[in-house]
Parts: sequence; structure tokens; C-alpha cells
Amino acid sequence: MIDKKTIKISSEKGVSSSFSELINSYDLLKVFIWRDIKVRYKQTVLGVLWVILQPLFSMIIFTIFFGKLAKIPSGALPYTLFSLIGLTFWNLFSNSVSKASDSVVVNEGIVKKVYFPRLILPISAVLGSLIDFGLNLILLLILSIFLSYLPIPISIILIPLLALVTIGTALGLGLILSSINVRYRDVRYVLPFFIQISMFLVPVIYPLNIVDPANRMLMAFNPMTIVIETGRWLFVGGKFLYYDLVPISIISLSAMLIIGVLFFKKTEDVFTDVI
Amino acid sequence: MSNNIIEVNKISKKYIMNQGAYYDTLRDKITSMFSHRTDDRKKKAKIFWALRDISFSVKKGEVLGVVGRNGAGKSTLLKILSRITPPTSGSALIKGRVGSLLEVGTGFHQELSGRENIYLNGSILGMKQSEIKKKFDEIVDFSGIEKFLDTPVKYYSSGMTTRLAFSVAAFLEPEVLLVDEVLSVGDAEFQKKSLGKMEDITKNEGRTIIFVSHNLNAIEGLCSKCILLDGGKITMDGDTDDVINKYMSRSSDIQDNDKVIAVNRQGSGEYQFSRFWLENSSGNRIESILSGQDVYFIFEIRQKNKKNLKDFKISFSILDNFEHSLILHRTDYKKFDIKQMSKKNIFKCLIRSFPLSEGRYKIGLYLENKDGVVDSPGVVKNFQVNSGDFFKNASKIVVNHSPFLVDGEWSIH
Repeated sequence: MIDKKTIKISSEKGVSSSFSELINSYDLLKVFIWRDIKVRYKQTVLGVLWVILQPLFSMIIFTIFFGKLAKIPSGALPYTLFSLIGLTFWNLFSNSVSKASDSVVVNEGIVKKVYFPRLILPISAVLGSLIDFGLNLILLLILSIFLSYLPIPISIILIPLLALVTIGTALGLGLILSSINVRYRDVRYVLPFFIQISMFLVPVIYPLNIVDPANRMLMAFNPMTIVIETGRWLFVGGKFLYYDLVPISIISLSAMLIIGVLFFKKTEDVFTDVI
Repeated sequence: MSNNIIEVNKISKKYIMNQGAYYDTLRDKITSMFSHRTDDRKKKAKIFWALRDISFSVKKGEVLGVVGRNGAGKSTLLKILSRITPPTSGSALIKGRVGSLLEVGTGFHQELSGRENIYLNGSILGMKQSEIKKKFDEIVDFSGIEKFLDTPVKYYSSGMTTRLAFSVAAFLEPEVLLVDEVLSVGDAEFQKKSLGKMEDITKNEGRTIIFVSHNLNAIEGLCSKCILLDGGKITMDGDTDDVINKYMSRSSDIQDNDKVIAVNRQGSGEYQFSRFWLENSSGNRIESILSGQDVYFIFEIRQKNKKNLKDFKISFSILDNFEHSLILHRTDYKKFDIKQMSKKNIFKCLIRSFPLSEGRYKIGLYLENKDGVVDSPGVVKNFQVNSGDFFKNASKIVVNHSPFLVDGEWSIH
């Protein structure tokens, strides 16, 4: 019994935590998520309302400029619904990435004073973003019912799966970015800009089928491409066009997560010394 | 060997200190990649050994005190044992669940209520939800803030916040507890209560504890063994009384400790505070003050460039833990004029019958002349005041009911 609980501290091992410690910190993970949600909705006056208004306004603006003026095709869907589906998943992704990359720096006070598996911080950040996603999803469903484009039954399984892929991708990137963020504080200011720009590399405002096939392969390296196209397919039904791209996204997602965790673990040791 | 619960084996910790910039920026990194100049900062980087080959062991149920001056490596040692930062070399074994208390109120969130913060802080300190639920009433009871339980902490006074924070920490139940200078928070009444709670934990519950404090009375009361750290090395390991005696007696070889190191120095900078220390009335250097003692506050000011200035005023303030100023004293209060200064100047200010009661205090320094601030290094030092014979009747004041002491004369009519 004693052996099991013995903690060994050494320079080689560093402060990195084992998988079982991560599992044991489930309570703390819950508390971090709960704290972030609580604080978020306590501090903002508009609170819940803002979470819904933001994609709604974006959708209206996109529909006017990209749909009506630029006449970007939106396939079988009206441009409003088409862009809102894209936005719903994209917002989940961009919120998760930016929160995850800030997670260590924002919790600096705790990181410097208490030991716990540091991985909890980015994980709780991406999981916390699911609340906003849920609200956005309700908005999306209301609009789809209103426009009579009901999602096909398999959505019950696929929407959660798509959300999972989204936060998985965000976590992979967030793990790398949060480590860099600790050391180089300007990452914090540059990142929002890059996230914003990268929206155009994913079919949020345009359909994937207007991109030429060779470039589609490239775009599939960002799993968000497939997530958004699948999301749209759920509201149209029929034949799914991009099965060939799915393996690329799966490989890419796994690679991001593995590299992210390794990178994070490698820099974890020096967090408190440089933070 | 088997009844050692903590075994520390040759632990060292190296820090590389960059002077100047606090954080690297990616931008600097990228520009330096393209420029041929070598990175200026690399040249300035100083290697600093916070700990050097530290070895000791603690048996089950033992309470080990760690004493030493600021910068001796006490906090670094606790950080390594808490696994917040890894050692540069060496290893340590700890058998059992470790709880560390390096600060009270870690992770407290201003927007959340007292109740919510108990759960938040408790979880951060490593308690399970069910444990917190079980002890919730006791925690609230101990803190004495039940009326404000649902008020956001931002509306609490600093005293209330620390009481709540300490109360959560007091109910931690790990086998090994690492505690850093947390008893000097809150008002005197609450300090006494927390000290009592610490005694309970150590004596009755048989927990293994490593305890860092500047409060030598607390160390004497709680610890059976002590180690003395100096410059990152263990200079003594033994019974508490012996270690404390040695710690108190050393005086001459610590000149470096007097250096005024400012984090955010302001002022025009022609003259700067270079050293600050305390002496007793017979001219011996002291590290802590006894209430009621006559004490010299000594400031060394050096000229930093050729410019000669005139008509100086020196001020110093003594602040409490929350950096509220308790005492401010200036040369001009006593019509002490400083027309000119030379390259190196030593100013002494005698304060008779030091009026503060036991606790940790900070000192802030300030030098100005008629053109404005010359040097403001901010809060530069901590010092300890221990209870002494303030009333000159050969008795120590046991309990401090207030931060200030005055000598009253009683009569009956």
C-alpha cells in the first residue's frame, strides 16, 4: 500500500504527472469547468444572450455580404442556415483554441502554488466551451425548424461526435500554444488574429465543392473542414461526398493530439520557473 | 530507514536569471535569429543556485521546521517537495498523500461567493468533493463568516478573506503537509486560533509536517526538529532550540542580505539606497526586533553618477502584510536637514521603545529632494517583530490584541 502512494521526485522525472493522477484529478477538472462557467455568466451583463447574438449577427452579415452580394453558392441550403452551421462549429473551435492556449497563463497564480496535473487546465478550457456550443446549437435547430430543414436522424450521434472532433483538434493545438504562451507572452496578442484569418482556410463561408480536389486534400488536414461539411450534410441528407477525405482528418487529428500532449509534457517542467 | 516518511537526497536547484526583461517575446526571438549580434540577454544571464545538495529525512509524525533568511532557499525547497518545480539534480521520496500550503487562498476567485470559494479552494488544495461536503460546516464555523457565505468574496475585507482561506486549509488531511509562512495572516485573535489549530494537527493527529516560518515562536512551539538554510545549503540540522540559537546568533557574515534589491525602482536615480539593516542600542546587527526594544534603522545611500544634488529628505515606512502603511517617518519631521551627500552615506535613525507588536512587517524606502523623487525602491525588506518586554516589567506580552503598543500610566481616584 505504501509503495503505491510513494511519490518520487527527481530531476529526470520532472514534475510531469502520470495518467492515473490525471484520472484521479477528475474532481478538480469538474471544479475548474464549473468555475469558468460560473464566472463567465456572472460577469457579463448580457451573459447567455451574447452567446446567441454573436453567431446570429455574424450569420446576418455573412448572408448579406457573402451570400447576397458575392453570391457564394450554398448548395441545397439557404445561405443563412449554411453559414450558421459553419459558424456554430467554427466558434466552438476558435473559443476552445483560444481558451486552451490561455489556460496556463490565466491560472498562473494556482500553477505557481499548487501541484496538480497541468493537463487539466487546457482540458477544462475546451470542455467549458461546450456550454456555449450547446446554446449555439439550440439557435441552429430553431432556425432549421423555422426554415424546414430538419436534420437527419443520425445527427443525434453525429453532432456530439463532430463536437468531440472539434474540441479534440482545438485541444491538440491548444496544448502546443499554451506551452509557447507561457514562455512568449506575445502569443496571446497574435493568436486571435491568426484564428480569425484561418476561418477562411475552412469552408465556413463557402462550400468545399467549389475548391479544386487537390486543395481539398490539403484542407482536410484541418479536421474542421470535414466537421463543417458533415454538419451541413446532416441538414441536407442524401449522399455524403467526402468519404475519401475522412482518413486524412483522422490521421491529422491523432497527430495533433499526440504531438500536443508530448509537447505540453516536455515544457510542463519549466512552467513555474518561467511563468 | 523504513520509518522515514520523507527522504531528501542531494537536491539542488539552479535558476537562470535574466536581468532586465521578465518575459521573452516571440518577436525578440525571431528578430534575434536574423541579426548577427549575439543575444545581449544571454550575456547577462546569471546562474543562481537556490539550493545546493540538500539532504535530510523526516520520520512519521515529526514536525520539521525550516528556518533561514529571505532568499536562503526555504520556499524553493517546499516548491520542489510539492512538485511545483523539479529539482535540477537529486531526488526525494515522500510516502503518502502530500498536501501543500504555500499560500492561503490559492485560486480564490473574487466574483464567487464564500461558499463557492470553499469548494474551489478545497479542490485546488487536493480535497475531494465529498470530503469538502463533510467538513463544510466545520470550515465555516472555524472561519466565523457564516453571515457572508453567499456574498461574493470581492466584498470581503482582506481579513475575512484570509480567515476563510486559512479555514479551508486547516481542514486538509494529507499524511504529509508542507506549510510555508501562512500563520502570519489575519488579525492577532485569528492568528492565535490558527496557531492552536496547527498545534492540534501536529500534536494530536500525528501528521508529518514541514513548516517554514519567520515566526520563531511558532517554530519553537510546533517543531521538534529544525534545519537551518543559508545560501541554499543546510548549515545546521538538529533540535529546534539549538538551531534557533544558532540562527539568532549569526550576524556578521551576512552583509549581502542587507542589500536593497528593488523590483520596480523609480526616481531620477542620482543617489540610491544600497543597504538597509537594523542594529540594537549597543550597535550589534539584529535580524528581528523585540517590541519595546530601542532599535536603529540604518540606511546606506550611494551616489550613482556625478551629478550633485542638494537638500534631501529620507522617508521610510513600516507596512503590514497587506502593505498598509502603519508608520511613516521622515528626516524633516525632526528638522534633520541633509544639505549634501557624499559618495557613500550612512544614516541612522534611532527609534526608542519600538511600538509594534509581534508579526511580520515590511519596510519601504523613499529619497527625495526639492526637484522630486530621487530613489524609490518600494517595499524592500521584511522583518520580524517578536514579543518583548515593552512595558519594562520583565514580562513578555503573550497575546497581541492590537498591532500597536503604547505605554500607559494607570492611577485610581
